[in-house]
Amino acid sequence: MSFLDFSHITKTYPGVKALSDVSFGVDKGAVHGLMGENGAGKSTLIKILSGDQHADQGEIRIDGRVQAYTSTRDAFDNGVIVIHQELQLVPELTVAENLSLGRFPANAGIIAGRRMLDDVGAKLKSAGIDIDMRRKVKTLSIGERQMVEIAKAIMLDARVIALDEPTSSLSSRESEILFALIDRLRGEGKVIIYVSHRLDEVFRLCDSLTVLRDGKLAAHHASLKGVTRDQVVAEMVGREISDIWGFRARKTGDVRLKVDALSGPKLETPASFEARAGEIVGFFGLIGAGRSELMRLVYGADPRSGGTITVDGKLVPATDPRGTIRAGIVLCSEDRKHDGIIQGRSVEENINISSRRHHTRFGVLNRASEIATAETFIKKLKVRTPSRKQDIINLSGGNQQKVILGRWLSEQGVRVLIVDEPTRGIDVGAKSEIYELLYQLAQDGMAIVVVSSELPEVMGICDRILVMCGGRVSAELTRDQFAERAILAAALPDQKTPDAIAS
Amino acid sequence: MTDQLKKILLGEQGLVVIFVVAFALVSALVPNFLTDRNMLGLLQSVVTVGIVACTMMFCLAARDFDLSVGSIVAFAGMVAVMASNYTGSILLGLLAAIASGAFVGFINGVVIAKFRINALITTLATMQIVRGFALIASDGRAVGINSPDFYQLALSKLLGIPTPVWVLAILFCIFGFVLNRTVFGKNTLAIGGNPEASRLAGVNVDRTRIWIFALQGVVCGIAGILLASRITSGQPNAAVGLELSVISACVLGGVSLAGGRATMSGVIVGVLIMGIAENAMNLLNIPAFYQYIVRGVILLLAVLLDNLRSSALGRR
Repeated sequence: MSFLDFSHITKTYPGVKALSDVSFGVDKGAVHGLMGENGAGKSTLIKILSGDQHADQGEIRIDGRVQAYTSTRDAFDNGVIVIHQELQLVPELTVAENLSLGRFPANAGIIAGRRMLDDVGAKLKSAGIDIDMRRKVKTLSIGERQMVEIAKAIMLDARVIALDEPTSSLSSRESEILFALIDRLRGEGKVIIYVSHRLDEVFRLCDSLTVLRDGKLAAHHASLKGVTRDQVVAEMVGREISDIWGFRARKTGDVRLKVDALSGPKLETPASFEARAGEIVGFFGLIGAGRSELMRLVYGADPRSGGTITVDGKLVPATDPRGTIRAGIVLCSEDRKHDGIIQGRSVEENINISSRRHHTRFGVLNRASEIATAETFIKKLKVRTPSRKQDIINLSGGNQQKVILGRWLSEQGVRVLIVDEPTRGIDVGAKSEIYELLYQLAQDGMAIVVVSSELPEVMGICDRILVMCGGRVSAELTRDQFAERAILAAALPDQKTPDAIAS
Repeated sequence: MTDQLKKILLGEQGLVVIFVVAFALVSALVPNFLTDRNMLGLLQSVVTVGIVACTMMFCLAARDFDLSVGSIVAFAGMVAVMASNYTGSILLGLLAAIASGAFVGFINGVVIAKFRINALITTLATMQIVRGFALIASDGRAVGINSPDFYQLALSKLLGIPTPVWVLAILFCIFGFVLNRTVFGKNTLAIGGNPEASRLAGVNVDRTRIWIFALQGVVCGIAGILLASRITSGQPNAAVGLELSVISACVLGGVSLAGGRATMSGVIVGVLIMGIAENAMNLLNIPAFYQYIVRGVILLLAVLLDNLRSSALGRR
């Protein structure tokens, strides 16, 4: 019997069997990877572990004792801490206050500030986390906040720490710090569950691995010795994917999008670039390099202070999304939840929100054509949803992304498609589908701009890469010039040691 | 058995089921409830709340809020009476009332959408300003109506049903259609669901919000006219606290204060439940003081039910 045991866990949601009869164990002092496509049941399993949801059948045992907790608070008290993608910190409080929340050292209700700082400081030091405790959490970077979350787990003497996609919004450097911390926790005998889509990380960090597929246990590797990446990918998708990029060369046409000396409040240095019909142009850079800011300016999401945009030789005067959509430029934002999906509304409405203006008369909707449009794109993009009426919030990340793409493809006359981090938080299978779609659209003559923080991705799917660094375009490479070192060197602010980041 | 019951109550139409059951119970238990006379009285009593709820639904669905409706209703009523008296033309009076309501609503909308002032604060301010105008215009007294034709607005009947009830029914139909079958309605729900994503999807968020408030003003104007006609005068103190009744009715009807969720059928049921509760309590001679408590309890229960329903629908 292992230290942490999942035994015959089954969980059913209305209409979906999220987990069926999943059993596996994890030993003390091990980092255990949990992989699977979106919708495979990883999140549900983590939610059950965290006490947020209850298993219909089966049980979790820690150190031989059955855990029957009924809330996340209960799980906390039993030493189980889950660190979610969305971090649970209070932005207006300092690091020390966040770490002491719920357990402030106090005299007659007055917080003993000195003692709090001493306690927290000692813990942080022993964990090797280097953050100024007096800073407010809102002033920290996402990577630093993640450190604070982990520090919280350490403060609570957690026995089991689960990390859900911890590196999805971290820079490479921040990830390195995180990995070092995880190594340390392993040394202290904690059980760490590491949920990730990134094979590199899993192979690097994990001692053992469980792969889920469609709510079932697809594979359990007690050791990763001799296990290959292709094998794991095959276990995740249930079929072999040899080349997930599947790059196809295309003919490119005339210049579709021409951006000239564009600048705005968040992008001071004017930026220029072009994209041709049929071309996929990649924008690579570290987080904060100004890629998303530039794309938001092109799309009119933020006001621009100078520069011009032309589509097919015609000037785009508009400076708001309404106008740019009409000029044929569309954007799938990096932050799907905040800027993309309309929560609480159906898949159908999320698809039709923009394009419906083509089918209306005096503002009155044409229901038949709306339903047809929704059904067409659900089918065409293989959106996995019980029906078009499903609330979009219930879809997995990959399917939400497809719905947003459907929103734009249903706009006739899109000439420039900008996708910002198109596959963030999306599993391998859906990734390939999205790449395939981008090739298809380029083939049909669209100019496509892909912003991504994943170097293999931009190198895998783009015809040309522009590298941004510190708010300006620092390099431009065509496909025959693609080289990891050169691209990374151009992305790094100090132009030093790309190896430290390349890993 | 209990599972079945749970499914019905927490399902999409749970509120309607509860309404039907409540209606049947009240009909059976309260004497004189299910009579033509009482039914018409009941409908007439919910006209003001019902009319204003039509557009309040849009307001809440777009994550906004409007506290100024009670004041606009009173002000529009005053304008209707005073303008009719002054010009001698009822039609001009009615137009002036609707225009003044629309104007106040438009100002609300512009301040909220363009200057990005919190809707709660903005309408709290206009609520007081407009009430002040109503009081100043009349010097704090009720203003009588010169032309008896004005009474006819509320008194006249068509097919045995009073005109105000017809107006209410027509507005229910219009706004139900607008919510479900027009770009404006869908955009309203989208804005409530996620304002930033809606803007980035090409929805003209500012203009939609301004329209919502302007429409709210127009509808308050209509409600004000009918109210003034029913009480046969322009009363500067009319409709105090209306905003709370209207918002209660909407919430009872399943409109989410967090935006993005609203149905016309729900709001109609919400309005009627409030009306029936009040009517039944009056028939049973329950003192007014206790009625406050009952109304509060009903509202709490409705919200609790709604909460149960959304967790039963299973947000993963």
